[in-house]
Formats: sequence, structure tokens, C-alpha cells
Amino acid sequence: MNMPATKMDIETAMPAGTAAPVVAMTPRRPPRSETYARMARETAVRVIPPVVVIALLLLVWELICRRAGSALPPPSKVFKDTKELILDPFFDHGGIDKGLFWHLSASLQRVALGYSLSAVAGIALGVLVGQSIWAMRGLDPLFQVLRTIPPLAWLPLSLAAFRDGQPSAIFVIFITSIWPIIINTAVGIRNIPQDYRNVAAVVQLNPLEFFAKIMIPAAAPYIFTGLRIGIGLSWLAIVAAEMLIGGVGIGFFIWDAWNSSHISEIILALFYVGIIGFVLDRLIAGLGKIVTRGTAQN
Amino acid sequence: MTAYLKLDHIDKIFTRGAASTEVLKDISLTIEKGEYVSIIGHSGCGKSTLLNIIAGLTGATTGGVLLENREVNSPGPDRAVVFQNHSLLPWLTVYENVRLGVDKVFARTKSRAERDAWVMHNLNLVQMAHAKDKRPSEVSGGMKQRVGIARALAMEPKVLLLDEPFGALDALTRAHLQDSVMALHQKLGNTILMITHDVDEAVLLSDRIVMMTNGPSARIGEVLEVPLARPRKRLELATNTTYLKCRQRVLEFLYERHRFVEAA
Repeated sequence: MNMPATKMDIETAMPAGTAAPVVAMTPRRPPRSETYARMARETAVRVIPPVVVIALLLLVWELICRRAGSALPPPSKVFKDTKELILDPFFDHGGIDKGLFWHLSASLQRVALGYSLSAVAGIALGVLVGQSIWAMRGLDPLFQVLRTIPPLAWLPLSLAAFRDGQPSAIFVIFITSIWPIIINTAVGIRNIPQDYRNVAAVVQLNPLEFFAKIMIPAAAPYIFTGLRIGIGLSWLAIVAAEMLIGGVGIGFFIWDAWNSSHISEIILALFYVGIIGFVLDRLIAGLGKIVTRGTAQN
Repeated sequence: MTAYLKLDHIDKIFTRGAASTEVLKDISLTIEKGEYVSIIGHSGCGKSTLLNIIAGLTGATTGGVLLENREVNSPGPDRAVVFQNHSLLPWLTVYENVRLGVDKVFARTKSRAERDAWVMHNLNLVQMAHAKDKRPSEVSGGMKQRVGIARALAMEPKVLLLDEPFGALDALTRAHLQDSVMALHQKLGNTILMITHDVDEAVLLSDRIVMMTNGPSARIGEVLEVPLARPRKRLELATNTTYLKCRQRVLEFLYERHRFVEAA
């Protein structure tokens, strides 16, 4: 007989309808200067270490290459030699005598074209291989062999086929970057949980809806891994391909600088190639992060 | 007795290479419209396989499933499933997860605005309308399962199939959700078939409990009517003799006559 008594106690103590008063508490806002100081500290923690490392490396390089008769120029000389190229990347004296901006943009255009083609074809083939066991059995051995062929080995063949530098370079980009896209997409499709397939079956999605609403979002993290490897490979391949093809492009610019013994210009070009490769990688990674927002969280 | 859902002599044999295992043997059962039937058995007895056969996700080796006297052998929204692990699509919001099914099922019969209202109506039924724009990863396990129930209900299934729907939840959330499902059943009068391994849950929720023997070759061992009036109240039933008797019967079946034998 304990239970009812307790219940009555509660009812008398807290009559229905009167809730306990709620005390609103506003968190104390830290002063603005404190917030700024914290932000500055966080930024410093990230920025200072690489700056220190880069400064040290430049110093070492300067010390090593400063001596007379050194084969490579020290950073100070690189800067002095390439000042005009750095300050005016947009000049165009006709032919191949153009600013670095034009060379880089020509290379980027080739990559954009070749990479877009390989992204579309790679995802399509990856879906096919991931979805159909027979397509996998038929195509997978072929892919495994073809993907080991170095990018430049394709170049003579594509020159023979296209009889022109531009499409050949684009083809080399395409054939270099497609394999990781195919393989990662296929793995992503094969790893779609049975649960999602069951949901699609119960809802009776048709194959097209299944592709758009289940397959692509579910495999998106894998697809973007492939796309990210692909963009890196295509940037690797374009520089090499352009050296052989000639015309306008950062690869040819490097080769041309070597032929004219402008070592400083080579170093500057390498710097740009590195930065752009990094930016391309971040771009795809960032895009992937936005697209796979939901999927990756689970 | 008019059969609404009829399982007709279902056998299921899994074949892998040369070896074949008979999982289900001669399962026959008729379920009336509006009935709440639970299937209980030890793990590995093939009860989930049975549910998959009814849902059409797996085919029966022999025998078949009849819904309103028509054979069904492929999945469809008339037998919507609430999956054990909720199976919400993580890239869609709560609203979009429910909307996916609604858009398919009512593509021709409802306008855009009606479909939107219908999704919201079903989210309201499970008290999840407040979280409609959240993604599944942002709500709790119990809430995910509520959305799973809303998704299934929104397809207006003839039979609602629940595959251990509360198995992955903690005890308090589970009790809360059981009450919700009971209230929904009361309100909407759905025909529900639930797989469970929880004796209390089976007795509390069901009109009939189907007890399965241990696999391989699991059969229906016994069918128990639960003659308790609805609405049922969890606390009142705790001392109800009919409830306790039913509970006792199921426990005896599971732990004396068909004790779970560890595969040694």
C-alpha cells in the first residue's frame, strides 16, 4: 500500500496546472577582444609551422646553390630571373611566346575536357561493372591490365590515331584518369547495403529511379575517391604529354625553358604546377564533401 | 473465417553449392483483416526469412503467399516493411525519406500538394513532424524507427510487416514505441505481422502469437490467441491473469519444449 500514498504526495506537492517557474539564463558572452585573440591563436597554430618549414628550406637551398659554379640557381636568383613572368602572366607576343597564365589555362582546358570525359565514362562503366556480375567477369581483367600502362605509352598510339596533338593529349588525360574512377565506382556500387536495395524494392523504384535516388548517392563517397585520384593523375599526365606535343601548355613551357637553359623559369613553372595540382585536388575533395554530406555521416 | 493474408504451405530451402539447408517447412497461416499477429522464435529459426518471403524480397521454394486471394511474389508497397535497423536513406531528410515512397505509390492518385500533406500527416501520426528537415543521423534511434514506421504507413499497405522493429532500441524507448504502435493499430485498424523474440512484446501487442520451432526445418509449433481487450494498458496488464497465462504459455514453448540449442 505504499504506491498510492506516494502518488498522492506528489499530487499535493505539485498541483496540476502550475509548472515550476522557468528561469531563463543567458550565457555570458565573452568580450569581443577575447574572441579575436582566440581566432588569431587558432590561425597562428596552423599557419606558423608550414611558414617556418618553408623559410628553412629556402634558406638551405639558398646556402647550397649560392656558391659559384652551382648547377641550379638559388631562390633569390630564381625570383630575379622570373620577376617579369610573375608580375605579368598575361602578355601575349604571338606564337608560343605567351605569359604563364595562357600556358596554364591551355593545360587546364585540356585537363577539363579529358577529365570530364573520363568522369562520365568512368562512372558509367563503374556502375555497369559494379551492378552486373557478367560485366565484371568480362571487363575486370581487361581493366586490370590496361590500367598499368603508363600515360605516355598511350601517346604515340593516340598520335597515330588522331594525327593531331590536341585530341591526343586529351585522350591521354582520359585514359590515365579513367581507371581509378571505374574501379572505385564499381566498389561503391557493390557495397550498397542490401537494406537500401530492399527499400527500393518495396517502394518499387524503376531502374532509372534506383540509379538516381539510391545508387549514385550511396556510392558517392567511393565515386569521389576515384574522381580525386583521377584528377591528380590527369594533372600528372598533362605535363608529360605536353612536353612531347608542343604548342601552348605548361608542359611545353617547361620543355622550352630547358631547351633555352632558363632554369629559373623551370622552377617557377614547377611551383605553379604544384599549386594548381593542389587546388584541383582540394576542389574535387570539397565538391565531394558537399555532395556526400548525408552519406558520409552514417 | 475470411483469409486476408494467406501463407500456403511455404517451404524454403537455401542451396549453396552442393549443400542445401531446409530453413522453413510447411508454413501455413491465415491472417484476418485488422489482425495483429506476432511470429516468435529463437534466433536462427527462419522467422526473418519468412517475413522476407511475405514481403517478396525472397522467393519461397514451394508454396506461396496470397493477399486478398491473389498471389504475391515480388516486393510492393502493399506489404510495406519496417526494417529492424530502420534502413532510412542517410542522404535524405526525414521528410524526403517518407516522401520517396509516397511519390511512387500515389504518383497518379494524389496531387503534389496532397502528397505533401499526406507525408506530413503520417509524420504527425508518429510525432516526428518537428524533425522533418533533419537527416537520419541527426535524430535518435527511436526517432529513426518512428520515421521508418511513418514511411511504411504512408504507403497505405494492406499488410504492415514489422521485422523486429524494436530490437535495436533501449528498453524505455522500446516501451514507448510499442505504445505508439498499439495506438496506431487501434486508430487505423491496419493488418500487422510482426517478427519478434521478445515474449512480453508479443503478448502485449498481438491478437495471436505464432510460435516457431527451432530450425533447420522450422515449423509453426503452436498458435496462441491472446484474448485481451483493447486498448491494452501496460501497467494494468502486469497483474492481469490472462496476460500472465499467455506469457507463461509462450515461455514454456520457447524454453521447455523448444529450447534453443547452441550449435556446438
